[in-house]
Amino acid sequence: MNPEELHSLAEERREALDQFQHRVVVCTGTACQAAQSRKIIEALDGIVKERGINGRCTVSAGGCRGLCSAGPMVAVEPTDVLYQGVTPDDAASIIDSLESEPVKALTCDTSAPFFTRQKRVVLEYEGRLNPESIDDYIAAGGFSTFVRILTEMTSGDVIEQIRQSGLGGRGGAGYSTALKWSTVAKALGTTKYVICNGDEGDPGAFMDRSVMEDYPFKVLEGMMIAAFAVGAQEGFVYVRAEYPLAVKRLKQAIRQAEKYSLLGNNICGTSFSLKLDVRLGAGAFVCGEETALIASIEGKRGSPRPRPPYPAESGLWGCPTLINNVETYANVVPILREGAEWFAGIGTERSKGTKVFALSGAIVNTGLIEVPMGISLREIIYDIGGGIPNGRRFKAVQTGGPSGGCIPEQYLDMPVDYQSLAQVGSIMGSGGMIVMDESSCMVDVAKFFMEFCMTESCGKCIPCRVGTAQMYRLLDKISQGRARLQDLEVLEELCDMVKHTSLCGLGQAAPNPVLSTLRYFREEYLAHIVDHVCPAGVCKIAHEEIAL
Amino acid sequence: MTRKTIATVWLDGCSGCHMSFLDIDHRLLDLADMIELVYSPLVDRKDFPESVDITLIEGSVSNQADLDKIRHIRAHTRTLISLGDCAVTGNVPALRNTIGAEPVLQRAYMEPDLLNAQIPTVGVPPLLPVVRAVHTVVRVDVFIPGCPPSADTIFNALSDLLNDRQPSVAGKTRFGA
Amino acid sequence: MSRVATLKINGQDVSGREDETILEVARENGIPIPTLCQIEGLSNVGACRMCLVEVAGISKLLPACTTRVAEGMDVRTESERLTHYRRMAVEMLFAEGNHICSVCVSNGHCELQGMAVALGIDHIHLPYLAPRRGVDASHERFTFDANRCILCTRCVRVCDEIEGAHTWDVMGRGVGSVVITDLNERWGDSPTCTSCGKCVQTCPTGALFIKGSAVGEMTKRNTFLTYIAQMRGNLK
Ligand SMILES: Cc1cc2nc3c(=O)[nH]c(=O)nc-3n(C[C@H](O)[C@H](O)[C@H](O)COP(=O)(O)O)c2cc1C
Ligand code: SF4
Ligand code: SF4
Ligand code: SF4
Ligand code: SF4
Ligand code: FES
Ligand code: FES
Repeated sequence: MNPEELHSLAEERREALDQFQHRVVVCTGTACQAAQSRKIIEALDGIVKERGINGRCTVSAGGCRGLCSAGPMVAVEPTDVLYQGVTPDDAASIIDSLESEPVKALTCDTSAPFFTRQKRVVLEYEGRLNPESIDDYIAAGGFSTFVRILTEMTSGDVIEQIRQSGLGGRGGAGYSTALKWSTVAKALGTTKYVICNGDEGDPGAFMDRSVMEDYPFKVLEGMMIAAFAVGAQEGFVYVRAEYPLAVKRLKQAIRQAEKYSLLGNNICGTSFSLKLDVRLGAGAFVCGEETALIASIEGKRGSPRPRPPYPAESGLWGCPTLINNVETYANVVPILREGAEWFAGIGTERSKGTKVFALSGAIVNTGLIEVPMGISLREIIYDIGGGIPNGRRFKAVQTGGPSGGCIPEQYLDMPVDYQSLAQVGSIMGSGGMIVMDESSCMVDVAKFFMEFCMTESCGKCIPCRVGTAQMYRLLDKISQGRARLQDLEVLEELCDMVKHTSLCGLGQAAPNPVLSTLRYFREEYLAHIVDHVCPAGVCKIAHEEIAL
Repeated sequence: MTRKTIATVWLDGCSGCHMSFLDIDHRLLDLADMIELVYSPLVDRKDFPESVDITLIEGSVSNQADLDKIRHIRAHTRTLISLGDCAVTGNVPALRNTIGAEPVLQRAYMEPDLLNAQIPTVGVPPLLPVVRAVHTVVRVDVFIPGCPPSADTIFNALSDLLNDRQPSVAGKTRFGA
Repeated sequence: MSRVATLKINGQDVSGREDETILEVARENGIPIPTLCQIEGLSNVGACRMCLVEVAGISKLLPACTTRVAEGMDVRTESERLTHYRRMAVEMLFAEGNHICSVCVSNGHCELQGMAVALGIDHIHLPYLAPRRGVDASHERFTFDANRCILCTRCVRVCDEIEGAHTWDVMGRGVGSVVITDLNERWGDSPTCTSCGKCVQTCPTGALFIKGSAVGEMTKRNTFLTYIAQMRGNLK
């Protein structure tokens, strides 16, 4: 396919869509599908046929709208009406009101702060596109950026744009994407690989899943641009097998792109060739760590190895390898389409762009949000999230999952960016955000994450393998009110040792939930130990004096 | 010079550490004018004294009586020494920690072909679910590992203490020595 | 050809080829660094963290066995902090398995036990895990006692890299990890094991031993490793 062909295909497809006066788009994201949104599509289709308006009205599958807790969501275009809590029984009233006033009882207020306070770059299509149709994506301008770059830009130009945009890796650490790309581009060797890290192992996180499920083409296009920039000929999307829908859609997307010769040999008649494929992970958290992920693709046990050498120098099968997160790749197209300056204008001095968060826990609006870097936690929780339900008080917000920390009330006005989060003992992480109210016990929270790290530790290095188990035991003992003050000392000693001596990020970050809760909620630990009570009433206190 | 009072106690151990203590032999006599042995399986006294300068503990904490004893002793001892691997690590008695107390009792009392096989409950303290090293139950001031630690090691540690030095057994003994 | 780098280890000026590790250069210069998972002749995995050293200008501690030397490096192999961490790592191993040295075949010849002595460990202050682990005595000549295994993976590597049988591998995660023979089958039934004994001789502890050894009788001989590796040109 050459640029002209792509352009005319997009035109053609847009015209075809414009034929329909009404387009009804039903969310087929994970949450809405679980709430039977496929049945809604069937029902809507049935009514459309029944009313004999299939020439004017089309029903299609779309992606997540973000407000998953209110789902299933159905949108009507071009009027931009959004319905929530739809059931198959609502199909008739939705179709019958197309020409008149929207159904009041089902209408979702899109002028609410949940929608207006967000800034959508990664999720720019807001769930409008059919994730299973390359034509839909092309009609929305998809692949034009890739094709333009391929025919008009050099690898150096692309990397320079990324550098100017200030994009940082969204897999957790915010490492400069441009620096990584240029390292791989400069690395010696003719065989190079690109990998998209879609392992997403944090409990409660579903950002990458949503992006892969809803915008598989956008992720691929980002990877294709990256492969061009670093000089890779082959690439893999590594997705956990627990995400069957993402796997299916990515595979489908790759096949469709191949059919249009957007993947394959001599793409757009240039010398650039690229083969992409999907690889499944078996759901080990550690396989999100880049060296373990690479080992897993190679067919080995998913254990990390010491870095350096970094994958950029020696990665997949010993070749220079670019590995980026799903969301990182999803930022690439908008940056190169709208320009680095535009992107750099979003966010803060040192953290550019937006971040997608999976908002969950004790909050009114749970779901998927995208906000500009630098927004305050308070705005996220109270404006976008709608605050704490059941009249309870806010207690803490956990970011970064098992590698992150709990942030207390006094920092609610702190800007959300890589640096500020690190300063208060947490991390940005991949985007999990769990809000906790006064009914949460911080010792219990720390214990939960430690149990996760303990069971997910790969077992290779001593500090993480043994240390997480010992910390878990101590936390368990504390939560049962059986611990002595010396146990707290040992716990802190373990935190320090495991953090500084573990081989990979899993172990190095495993103590964070404990350290941050000790830092802000030490009195809760002491209440368990000294007074044998759990202030939040969560932990079961053992009453025998010393259970040996 | 006032003599330092010394006690030795035997919890769940095999008496090997006490034997090694006795192996100090004639050097014990050198110590004799510096110490007074106030409580020990080797001397005839029923109650643990009100206040003891140095107590050597052989054996792990394996049953309720051990637990009661060691707590009482800790409260009445200035310097508590874990003597030997059973006290320091749990050692052989702790072998049962991977399976719990019950299977051990079954094996010892029920499985052999005995007349009237039964697990004794009267007059014997119940086993704790987990065998403990002494320092996991009370604070311990000095550790002397070894199975048993050599007489020399024990002697050196004691002389250090009697001369108000913190004993150091590093490099002189080990687990299993 | 690799270039030569000059660097400092504990303030001493030393030089090494840039494909050499800090550990190799330190040893050439008689500077000891404690190790457990590393053994000359096998690949390095950086798993035990005993060999962590401080390098000026780098906030992270680096494993000497896998980190290559570089021009101008300033390495410290001993500090209060390093000793503290090394002690804790060794304590962790004692607490993780079931080490009853007094009744162990390797008593007196064990690298773990020796490490405890070298680091002045006289008790374990971290919580004992007392896991329930098994013993595989199905092999005609050797026994594997998982209670004493420290998961250094030397057996895995020697069987794969030197003997070429790849009988051993690691199964499970976290503290549940174990080394297994074949697909977790009895060692005695293994169709891949050649009974060469290399794993037994390379194992640093009493986890692998020759049948019939009594307490303290199992001494290991692993000099063959350096020899074979040299003959094959695997050693630099
Ligand atoms: C234990 C562990 C788990 C990780 N899991 C993920 C993951 O699920 N997804 C991800 O993108 N990065 C994950 N990472 C980070 C990756 O190692 C790597 O840094 C990242 O994929 C790089 O992409 P980026 O530069 O685009 O952020 C994980 C790291 C660690 C230590
Ligand atoms: S830190 Fe944990 S997950 Fe990482 S290598 Fe060590 S044991 Fe494995
Ligand atoms: S393997 Fe070593 S440390 Fe473990 S019991 Fe045997 S001698 Fe002791
Ligand atoms: S005896 Fe030889 S072949 Fe058999 S498991 Fe050990 S190293 Fe491998
Ligand atoms: S059996 Fe021995 S060599 Fe193998 S992992 Fe265990 S301790 Fe290491
Ligand atoms: S899955 Fe439907 S709105 Fe998120
Ligand atoms: S010897 Fe270097 S990590 Fe084990």
